[in-house]
This record gives sequence, structure tokens and C-alpha cells, in this order.
Amino acid sequence: MSMKALKLALAAVGGMVIASPMALAQAPNEQFIPLLSYRTGAYAVNGIPWANGVSDYFNLINERDGGINGVRIAFEECETGYATDKGVECYERLKGKGATGAAFFNPLSTGITFALTEKTLADKIPIITMGYGRADSKNGAVFAWNFPFLGTYWSGADIAMQHVAKEMGGEDKLKGKKIAIVYHDSPYGKEPIPTLQVLAKKFGFTLMELPVTHPGVEQKSTWLQIRQNRPDYVLLWGWGVMNGTSVKEAAAVAYPRDKVIGVWWSGAEPDVAPAGDQAIGYKALTLGESGAGEYAVHAALKQHVYAKGKGIAKDDFAQVLYNRGMINAMLGIEGIRKAMTRYGNKPLTGEQIRWGLENLDLTAERIKELGFAGMLTPVKITCNDHEGARSARVQQWDGKQWKMISDMYTARQENTEPLVKEVSAKYAEEKKITARDCSKPD
Amino acid sequence: MLYRETGQFKTSYANDMVIFPIRQDRIGVYLLLGFAFIVLPLMMAFHVAPFRTDYFLLAILLPFLILSLAAIGVNILVGYCGQISLGSGAFMAIGAYMAYKFGTGISEIGLPPMPIVIAILLGGLSAAFFGVLFGLPSLRIKGLYLAVATLAAQFFFDWVFLRVKWFTNYAPSGSVSAPELKFFGYLIATPVEKYMVALSFLTLFALVAKNLVRGNIGRQWMAIRDMDIAAELMGIRPLVAKLSAFAVSSFIIGIAGALWAFLRLGTWEPLAFDINRSLELLFMVIIGGLGSILGSFLGAAFILMLPIFLTVLPAELGVPITTETVSHLQNVIFGAMICFILIKEPLGFARLWQIGKEKLRMWPFPY
Repeated sequence: MSMKALKLALAAVGGMVIASPMALAQAPNEQFIPLLSYRTGAYAVNGIPWANGVSDYFNLINERDGGINGVRIAFEECETGYATDKGVECYERLKGKGATGAAFFNPLSTGITFALTEKTLADKIPIITMGYGRADSKNGAVFAWNFPFLGTYWSGADIAMQHVAKEMGGEDKLKGKKIAIVYHDSPYGKEPIPTLQVLAKKFGFTLMELPVTHPGVEQKSTWLQIRQNRPDYVLLWGWGVMNGTSVKEAAAVAYPRDKVIGVWWSGAEPDVAPAGDQAIGYKALTLGESGAGEYAVHAALKQHVYAKGKGIAKDDFAQVLYNRGMINAMLGIEGIRKAMTRYGNKPLTGEQIRWGLENLDLTAERIKELGFAGMLTPVKITCNDHEGARSARVQQWDGKQWKMISDMYTARQENTEPLVKEVSAKYAEEKKITARDCSKPD
Repeated sequence: MLYRETGQFKTSYANDMVIFPIRQDRIGVYLLLGFAFIVLPLMMAFHVAPFRTDYFLLAILLPFLILSLAAIGVNILVGYCGQISLGSGAFMAIGAYMAYKFGTGISEIGLPPMPIVIAILLGGLSAAFFGVLFGLPSLRIKGLYLAVATLAAQFFFDWVFLRVKWFTNYAPSGSVSAPELKFFGYLIATPVEKYMVALSFLTLFALVAKNLVRGNIGRQWMAIRDMDIAAELMGIRPLVAKLSAFAVSSFIIGIAGALWAFLRLGTWEPLAFDINRSLELLFMVIIGGLGSILGSFLGAAFILMLPIFLTVLPAELGVPITTETVSHLQNVIFGAMICFILIKEPLGFARLWQIGKEKLRMWPFPY
């Protein structure tokens, strides 16, 4: 190493030493919110719009309202690449930042959620998993720190089957039919299977389970099996590059696309656009009331964020995943706002915010006030129900955009609740967690 | 000057055979051990910088210790015995999943949950068993061909742990989480305790590995590595030598896998031990130095910490770059640095250390 390079390196290290105390001494009136995202790798196509939505909404709150009740949001992004170990590293790096530590975590990965579930319990930081994560964490009595807002995969599976039954002309028609699920072979993709098995038993259809290995670009054999067995419907539980590949492969084996129903993570623009006309007719669930499109909050974004050049979205503005990222950020912030009614308008700790999230009650009026009317249904979180809402519609891709083709479905809890009880009880026993008594106010 | 061993006489065979023949090295290692076992935990307990938060401990030190252990395992096979393996991730996975099975009990054969230390050791033994099994082809094929054969182990076990539900105790998501970490009746929960457990395992197995490689069996491995036919003619049995290398290496990697799963991740899925992990471990021993225990540590430190350092640096310096750019830049710089280092010093960091030591010996009057 030459002397010059050595000096440069020393200067860099010196710079870090000087810079780090400055970074630690942050302005006291800021709430730190970490943003775990992935803008690189096989899942980036979906990770980017979502992260842009979250980040733009944080900026909106800061620019328009000057923060949450005057407490500005400080947020930092950390690239996880959808990898569990990198996610854990990001978590360790960001959990202690800011005056009061991280407000909540939101990893957008079921695998990272599983790994963080115990860690957040020990560190007392809530983990918001809107539309993903452990389905049994709906039971807040056991999973006090997990918040699978708006719908778990078990709810999603039930809703998808409701739609299948409706298209067939009734639940009795499901008997003897064959339903396949093509899923990402990871905790994410495996989550819906228990519910589908319950439903298969209840309605008498056979379930074909077809796993696709990460990252999901190799699906030839999977779709050949579908061509051989001709299932009546195919449910798709994919993410990232897997989604687009599935749609293309369905076309390659001439499986009718309108018999393929994706979960809400397989129903965004980047999932169908690469397949071009082959994707026409493909259906997917929405999470909550709507998918893509501009609503009142988008006007505010344009006025307060984009006009100042602070927006980071490009084509993905108002797309499905961008909007979902925004809803996700909004729910977290409303949780903080709720917690402030009890603990005061100052930066709060994860423990205080947990209370806010658990007592979150978003009415239709409040949703309208926030500019989200038409994007999601009212959400009411309780100790027993960390999901809050479990409704979805079905949308269909017409080659240019997603069209709503159904009314709202609400997941039937009688199909999922026994499983939630059983699996969460097993978890509590394994981890020696005593379930909280939800009848007592906390 | 610093490393001058003038006046250090060896007066007995025991003296001649110590691990670190130079007094300065011995003192250095004792100081390092003392620092790692006593000073660091104290610093952690009192939250002295850099331990103000758990970050340094949990995200850097703990993975460093565990990956170093795995790298030692890989180094025994690749560096000492010369058998290229791309299946290290699979052996880590076997260690992790079997330790999990033993730790939660195997009801099918009426086996109650084992104490955690025994479960981890049994996990290592299971990995050793499969290591030997997948080492069998090494008796017939060599070099790159063997690498491909061990790659089969990687894909096979990825598949097994994804598909065979028995290994995950029929968890609906296929994701398992570590049993209660009770070491000799003492519950491990805080980061410092995890660090101590990992450090103890590492120290123990590094010592075992160091003694193995400088003993009879290690010399057999190196003979096989340098020229297997010559070794055979000298009376070394390739079957014993190669398979014992596979066994010992897989055992240590399996232990590291169990620790990685239990201490670092807590909850994991097979993706945690995919092909990238295997390659990462291989890079560690190549960058660190093939055939060197010290190299395993240096390589692990480099491969683990450099990407994190490159990611954190722009933010700490206050350079406004998006996370996306940082993550791309990190890959570019990391790749470039590996190329640079391998061109400048193909024998890895361990060789650099050796050169440094020789220079120090003559310092300040080199001739």
C-alpha cells in the first residue's frame, strides 16, 4: 500500500470517528423510524415501489404537517436484499437509533419477520407486517409485538377460495374439483397451505401443492405438471421475478390466465407487465379496498412533496405496491399518533408505540380525513385481533391496468380462527410465553 | 526487534512442540484471549464504546466468531487436505437442523429433548456423518469434479430441509426457531452471554483444529493435498486421510451451523444456508489463506465486515447517496478489492501477516 493510499485511508477512518458522535447527537424532537427495504436483487422490482411509497409518505408528514403532532420523522433505509441475515444485521444497526430507539420495524419479508419476531420481543419494538408475516401472529395475546395489519395469508387463502367458489357458481361446486397452489418455497409461500388444507377438507376439493424454488425463474416443470393435471384453478403465491415468470409459463402451457388467481403480493404492475399480452385476464387479490390509482392523498403528495422535488417515485407513483407502501406507513404513523394521546407529543419508545398500535381505531371518517378514502376499509385493532381488517377484492389485468371485478370479500374467521389458536398456542408453549389476558385493560 | 527470538532456547521436547514457539506470539495470544474473554465482556457490561448499543456485538462480533469457526472447518478440508468443497452451506444446515431436532426431542424414537450443548454436538456429528458420505466420491474424483460432486450435497440438503417436514417439526411455514438456550442449566438470553458461548466454542475448536493440523493426521492431509500419489507411496492411506478430513471439517462446520441458527438467527429457513453461504465460506478461506488457521479468522473478518463497513461508511460520513446506489457500489468495491488482493497476495491475508512478522523481526535495521 502506497503512502498516499494509506493517508487517504487514515483520513477516511478519521472522518468516521469525527462523524459518528455527530450522527449520534440527533435533534431530540425526532421520532426515528427504520425502513428495511430491498432495491437490489431478485425481489427489487417489487421492493422499490413499496419503499418509495413508505418514504414519500414519511416526507409528506414532515413537509405538510411538520411531523407527527410536531415531532418530525427521521428515517433511514437499510438494504436487506430480502435476505434474512442481512435483515437481522439491519435490525441490529437501526434498532437503537434516534432519541428513543426505533419506532417499529417493517421488513416486507416473511422470512425476516420470523427471525425478528423473538428479537423484537426482547427489545420491546413492535413489528408491523401489513399483509404478510406470521398468520398466527393475529393472536395479539401471544404475539404482543406483531401486527399483521389488514390481512394474513390465511385470510388471503380463504378470500381467494371464496372467489373461486363464486366463479364456479357456489361452494357446493367445489366438491371433487382440483385446485393447485404454485408457491414461493419459503415461509412466505408455505403460510397459506394450512388454511387451504382446512378448506379442501371442508369443501371436498383436492389441493395440489407446487413449490417453486427461490428466486423462481425456473418453473418449467411446475407448469408441465399443471398441464398434465389440469387443475380447475391455480392460486399463485409468488414474489419478485417469480410472478412474471409464472404468468409467462402459464401462457406457455396454454393454461387459461383467468383461472390463475394471485395473492395480493402477486398482483402489481411489475408482475404482469413483462408478460405483455400473455398476462391479459390474469387475476389477483387486492389488499383492502383498492390497488392502484390516485386518491386524495396523492394530490397532497404532489403538492407538498413532489412540487418541492423531494419525491422519489417515478413510473411507480400510484401503482399498486407504491400505494400499499403508503398505507403501510400511514398505519404505523397513526399508531404513533394514538400512542401520543396517552404519552404526550414527543418521541416515543417502541413499548409506548406498541400500545398505540394495539389501540388503533381507524374509522371511515379518519381515513377520509387522511386522504385514503377508497383505499382501505376501517381498521380496528384489539388485543385479540392484531389483523384489524380482513377484506379484499379481486382485480383483473386487462393488458394496461388492473380492473376491479368483484365486490369486497371478508375472510371467514370460522375457517382460520381454530388454526390461529392452535398454532399460536404451540408457539407460546415452545417459547414459554404466557398469553396475555385480553379482557384486562393494558 | 519486536519479533526477535534471540535468547529463547528450547530446552525440552515439550518446549519444542508448543503451538506458538515464539514467546512474543504466546504472549500476544494470551493477551488476545484475555481481551476477548475478560475485557470485552466487561466493556459490554458497562456499555463502553463501541458497545453503547448491541449493534457491534450482535451484528459484527457474534457472526464473526461463528463464521470464523465455519471457516476453520472449511479450511481443514480445502486448505489442508486440498479437497475443494462447495457443500459447506449444506453441512451448516445439517448441523443446524439436526441440533434443532435433538434439542426439541425426536418423539418417533422416544428421544426426549436433549440439553443444548449435547444437541449442538450431535448436530455436528450428524454433519460429520453426511460429510463422510458425500466425501466418498473424493476417493475417485479430484479438483473441480469433486467441487461439482459436493455441490450436489448443497442442492440435495436444500431440497431435503425444504420438503421433508419432519426436520421442521411440521411447522406450517417451514421455518423453525431455536429451542430454549439453556447451557448447563443457565439460560442464555443477553447478547453478552451469546457472545461468550460462541467464543467458548470457537476457542475450543480452534485449539482442537490447530492441534490436529500440526499432528500426524494433519500431516497426512497436507501430504494428500500436495501430491496424493506420492503420499500413497509413502504409506498414507487416502481413504482414511480424505474421509477423516471430511469428517472433521463437516463436524466443525456443523457446529458452526448450529450456533449460527441458535445464537445468530434464532428463527431460520433453509435459505439461510444456501449456495451463497457455501461460496462465502470458500472465499473466506481463499482470501484469508489456504492452510492456515489464522487465515480463517482474517478471511471471515474481511468477508463479513467489509460489506457492512462499505454500506455504513457513506451514511456516517454524511454523503447523500441512496441505499440503492450504496448497495450497488458496495458490490462493485467489494469485488474489485477481492481481485486486487488476490493479484497482490494470492496466498491471502495469512501470508501478509507472515511477511509482516518477518519484517518486524528485522525492524528497525533491515538488511
